[in-house]
Amino acid sequence: MSEAIRFILNGEEVTRGDFGPTETLLDYLRLRRRLTGTKEGCAEGDCGACTVLVGRLTEQGLRYESVNACIRFLGSLHGTHVVTVEHLAGRDGALHPVQQALVDTHGSQCGFCTPGFVMSLYGLWLSNQAPTRADIESALQGNLCRCTGYEPIVKAAEQVSQNRPSSLFDPLERDHIQIMAKLWSIHSEADTIVVEKDGARSIVPASVAAFSDILAEEPDATIVAGATDVGLWVTKQMRLLNPVIFINHLTELQSVTSDETTITIGAGVSYAQAFDLLTDEISSLGRLIDRIGGQQVRNMGTIGGNIANGSPIGDIPPPLIALGAELTLRTHAGRRTIALEDYFLAYGKQDRLQGEFVEKVCVPRPAEGSHFAVYKISKRRDEDISALCGAFNLTLDAEGKVGKIRIAFGGMAATPKRAKHVEEALLGKEWSWETVSAARNAFDEDYTPLTDWRATAEYRSLAAKNLLTRFFLETAGAPTELRRFELEEA
Amino acid sequence: MDKSTFETKPIIKGPMHSSLKHDSAHKHVTGSAEYIDDIPEPSGTLHGGLGLSDRAHAEIVSVDLSAVKAAPGVVWVMTAADIPGFNDVASTGQHDEPLLATTKVEFHRQPIFAVIAETRDQARRAATLARIEYRDLPHWTDIDGARENGAPLVVEPMVLKRGEPETEIENSPLRVQAHMYIGGQEHFYLESHIALAIPGEDEDITVWSSTQHPSEVQHMVAHVLGIANNAVTVMTRRMGGGFGGKETQGNHFACLASVAAKKLKRAVKFRPDRDEDMAVTGKRHDFRVDYDVAFDEEGHIHAVDVTYAARCGFSADLSGPVTDRALFHADSSYYYPHVRLASQPLKTHTVSNTAFRGFGGPQGMLGAERIIEEIAYATGKDPLEIRKLNFYGKRGSERTVTPYHQEVEDNIIAKVVEELEASSDYQARRQAIIDFNADSPVIRKGIALTPVKFGISFTMTAYNQAGALVHIYNDGSIHLNHGGTEMGQGLYIKVAQVVADTFQVDIDRVKITATTTGKVPNTSATAASSGSDLNGMAAYDACRQIKERLIDFATRQWKVGRDKIEFLPNRVRIGSEIVPFDTFVRAAYYDRVQLSAAGFYKTPKIHWDRKAGRGRPFYYFAYGAAVSEVAIDTLTGEYLVERTDILHDVGKSLNPAIDIGQIEGGFVQGLGWLTTEELWWDAKGRLRTHAPSTYKIPLASDRPKIFNVKLAEWSENAEPTIGRSKAVGEPPFMLAISVFEAISMAVASVAEYRVCPRLDAPATPERVLMAVERLKSIG
Ligand SMILES: Cc1cc2nc3c(=O)[nH]c(=O)nc-3n(C[C@@H](O)[C@@H](O)[C@H](O)COP(=O)(O)OP(=O)(O)OC[C@H]3O[C@@H](n4cnc5c(N)ncnc54)[C@H](O)[C@@H]3O)c2cc1C
Ligand code: FES
Ligand code: FES
Repeated sequence: MSEAIRFILNGEEVTRGDFGPTETLLDYLRLRRRLTGTKEGCAEGDCGACTVLVGRLTEQGLRYESVNACIRFLGSLHGTHVVTVEHLAGRDGALHPVQQALVDTHGSQCGFCTPGFVMSLYGLWLSNQAPTRADIESALQGNLCRCTGYEPIVKAAEQVSQNRPSSLFDPLERDHIQIMAKLWSIHSEADTIVVEKDGARSIVPASVAAFSDILAEEPDATIVAGATDVGLWVTKQMRLLNPVIFINHLTELQSVTSDETTITIGAGVSYAQAFDLLTDEISSLGRLIDRIGGQQVRNMGTIGGNIANGSPIGDIPPPLIALGAELTLRTHAGRRTIALEDYFLAYGKQDRLQGEFVEKVCVPRPAEGSHFAVYKISKRRDEDISALCGAFNLTLDAEGKVGKIRIAFGGMAATPKRAKHVEEALLGKEWSWETVSAARNAFDEDYTPLTDWRATAEYRSLAAKNLLTRFFLETAGAPTELRRFELEEA
Repeated sequence: MDKSTFETKPIIKGPMHSSLKHDSAHKHVTGSAEYIDDIPEPSGTLHGGLGLSDRAHAEIVSVDLSAVKAAPGVVWVMTAADIPGFNDVASTGQHDEPLLATTKVEFHRQPIFAVIAETRDQARRAATLARIEYRDLPHWTDIDGARENGAPLVVEPMVLKRGEPETEIENSPLRVQAHMYIGGQEHFYLESHIALAIPGEDEDITVWSSTQHPSEVQHMVAHVLGIANNAVTVMTRRMGGGFGGKETQGNHFACLASVAAKKLKRAVKFRPDRDEDMAVTGKRHDFRVDYDVAFDEEGHIHAVDVTYAARCGFSADLSGPVTDRALFHADSSYYYPHVRLASQPLKTHTVSNTAFRGFGGPQGMLGAERIIEEIAYATGKDPLEIRKLNFYGKRGSERTVTPYHQEVEDNIIAKVVEELEASSDYQARRQAIIDFNADSPVIRKGIALTPVKFGISFTMTAYNQAGALVHIYNDGSIHLNHGGTEMGQGLYIKVAQVVADTFQVDIDRVKITATTTGKVPNTSATAASSGSDLNGMAAYDACRQIKERLIDFATRQWKVGRDKIEFLPNRVRIGSEIVPFDTFVRAAYYDRVQLSAAGFYKTPKIHWDRKAGRGRPFYYFAYGAAVSEVAIDTLTGEYLVERTDILHDVGKSLNPAIDIGQIEGGFVQGLGWLTTEELWWDAKGRLRTHAPSTYKIPLASDRPKIFNVKLAEWSENAEPTIGRSKAVGEPPFMLAISVFEAISMAVASVAEYRVCPRLDAPATPERVLMAVERLKSIG
């Protein structure tokens, strides 16, 4: 066991064994290191002013991703390379092309959001040589600017994509080999790390097996994967967590495999990874994931965390329930598998036993010729929590009758929930407007939604019915959903 | 061949009318621009946390702070009793806004005490530990609730009247009476409020404050400490956004930090968390507009009678001038032959609403555009036709007098609209949309062209003054200071351009320095779009004085006439000699020429009698117009802005790049106000949209998919403003009304454009869907 984490901050190797489990990367940068280029705009992952890049070793090599430093805990950084805005300009002070582009397009006004935009654009610049408008907007979904109206920032992204003077110019390309080597050497000491400060412990297990053993001993520990939920418990509710087990580095939990019938998604798979791997398979799901959080949240947040969290407005459960997914829970002693919908017992209550963690979710592929769609409705299209989210999975039989139907919604009840009355009203009937319009009313038997700041109960009820109508129209070949860009453009 | 075309005339770097970069652009992108939280803290700096009410309206029965005091790191807990001067931060002298509540609270999250601790985290945690007992009192949070409860007004209302509206309304062929709700708006400057107070000797104190109004912070800190203004120095280098949200709202944090800093003799910083910032600081006013409009079959307006009721919150703050400005813009660009406009600034148990870009103007104009829509749907015409029919006339016509009896002398709205209508291909696109809608069952489109006419000047005449301080050091470098603050709008660079241009030196020679009450006193807020009009002129005045002295000096030294002296780029021609600027300045210094001057400016011509509702509150008007096209989904109410074209008048632009930035940014901010930004209070009077997770400002993917912005390059200010430019901060915000009206048209399509959709703002997907449903049931 070791007692310190190691990571690289810009050009410097850092070893730290003196932090609490809820110390954020942002506070570390600003308060302890006086790296004040990274800003705090909200401390909840929504504004992007705190954006930094975190590089980590993956099967594809060293991968840099934008993340929100405000909700990223220090303990989750072992074996990574943290890059802040201060690292970008050349040693002679010359601006990085990404920075220069923002200057050239007048992309900053008050400038407070700007370092965050620089880092998001930099993340895009590193990973995408020819971004489309859709790619750019997607990369910027997690960055708010109140001054510019974004037009010059988007232009900067377009202008700079082709501007790659020489690899020596870019600090990450220049030092790529050394950084890889350093990170490998950090990872080669495959020890569980426990850092203790004032009696509070951060635990970084060496493997999934170690994780399950620790969890058995510490059943009350808080598991932290992407921290996109847990981060806010700390910054907003000021909860004290102890101990915390970090699992975001466990690559064993991060695989997506698929065979003819099933796609298996590890609990630790991030939204970003899922987007890359699932979009081709189930395009509707890809479009949904592209509307969860901003790019930073998608880089951090995990599918397992979204399910485990048990929120009634999480976006991943409805489509996976509609697809008939199964959830595998694991302890140090073994595994059990349940239907995903059975995991959600009541508001704030899930079927997770002491010492259990979510290992993976197995999603049956939509059958050949079946129709699957998931629709998210939110006040703002991107980076917003669903007012409601509905998923439909339909298989017609040879006579054009409803052979199989599964419908699940989020935002309509205390948990993600099937619309069983609606399903019943459709099953075995001819897939026609008459059937659909009759079935619409069954939603009132399935759901009694609430009124809150996202929507009224009346709206939720009506929109849910209308989403069934939309689904019907789409299966009839009349796409009705408004899309800013077609997926092909993305 | 004309030789002159080959000669490049040397010009300075950074003259007026050129597209210079923001002076801090380089620092912004490298993260080295310093905001207050980035300044190295003096050793021993303490941090403040706010103890907030959890009732909307209640008597405070008892306050037990023992757990707060005992919490780790806590140094001091401060209540109203600890305030040495006055427990009052009411910005307009109404004494209705305590710094800390004492016997009662009047909105949920009102500050009751402050914790000072070694770290910010400790202060925040400790602040949650108070035990406060309340006796609840009845509360109301919105306008209808206020009316039902006979709520008091927070200030005297205003009435504007011209002609005989009562009789004309009765006698007109057509009449519509209805009402409209308009939501408020959170500023969401990216940098939350912050203040750092550093105690000095005697009574002195220096405060770094993120404020648009350093002078007011200075006066308020002095008032709260019970000391003279001259003991307080307030500094503001830059804000991470202001938008009106830092016009008066910074007072709280600066005053709390100052009281603690003086008491504890240590530096104290207050930086609220984002959620606190949103809960405890004011926002744009919500309005309910009750209108009664009379018109004829052609669509000519005969008379209007409108009441603008506002949710002001628990105190006056700036609600008086905000509701006044709503009335000043209740005419939009239209001539009302007979008119009565009244304001109703209602007290509610919510945070006190405040300035926000446009300052009531946007709400005023939105009401006017609704009236236009009513007439259009009643007469079966394109709203644009109704707009054009009712525009103010040219000078000399009988249609130039506003409801406040000011003549519109500089009217160019018809020309702006005509140009935009053509360049955006409005007519053809509108027809195409009508055709599209005819056979599109679910997706519907809409298009609208709306005008902007915005009055420039503080309606409080006294505020229209400004000062500047310019030094030339003996190496020829220039130090510039003025009373305006930089919040991203590019004021600093514009004023520096004025200085560079006046002396004909490269702008690199001009050092822009932080705004401070120690250099320029008694300044006005950087607000009402007036920043460069006022401060540019004041700086020009300072430069002019120094220049005069330099010219005097040259005539003495070189024994030439004044007409033989010319400021060339970075040099001065004196007779036949050409002297580099710095050499010239050094020579002047040795001749004991004063190379420093305080400049001053006050806007001419304006005057206003609020009681009589008459005068000339505005020096001039800024104009603009926008066309927006949207698509809506009639099953869900979701929408997309497909395209926006803007033509906007900034006079002769001081800096076209900066001005275009203001237009684009203002437009998108207005778009947010009218679409996704919704403030939502629950039954207990708690604001539940107090964070970016619940309050949704536009993203990059919300801006128009096609976005064409142009300046009306032919325009020059009719008044002799600095470089004949016009103010640009606020007017473009209202261009976003075009989006709202386009959504409205798309909704109207479900009832064949026969019924006015009467969409309320903001047009969230929910409101759009509900409007569609309502029209379907009628149509
Ligand atoms: C700005 C922002 C925007 C967002 N937008 C959306 C959105 O549009 N739609 C949406 O659905 N969600 C949204 N979210 C929330 C979403 O990101 C989270 O629900 C996320 O999926 C949780 O994953 P995580 O890895 O970050 O979990 P964490 O925050 O690390 O953990 C969440 C919970 O799950 C538990 N947990 C995590 N992994 C496991 C595991 N393997 N086994 C057992 N328990 C585990 C944790 O203990 C904790 O209780 C948003 C969040 C933010 C900050
Ligand atoms: S500070 Fe807003 S996302 Fe981190
Ligand atoms: S430049 Fe001010 S928030 Fe983006």
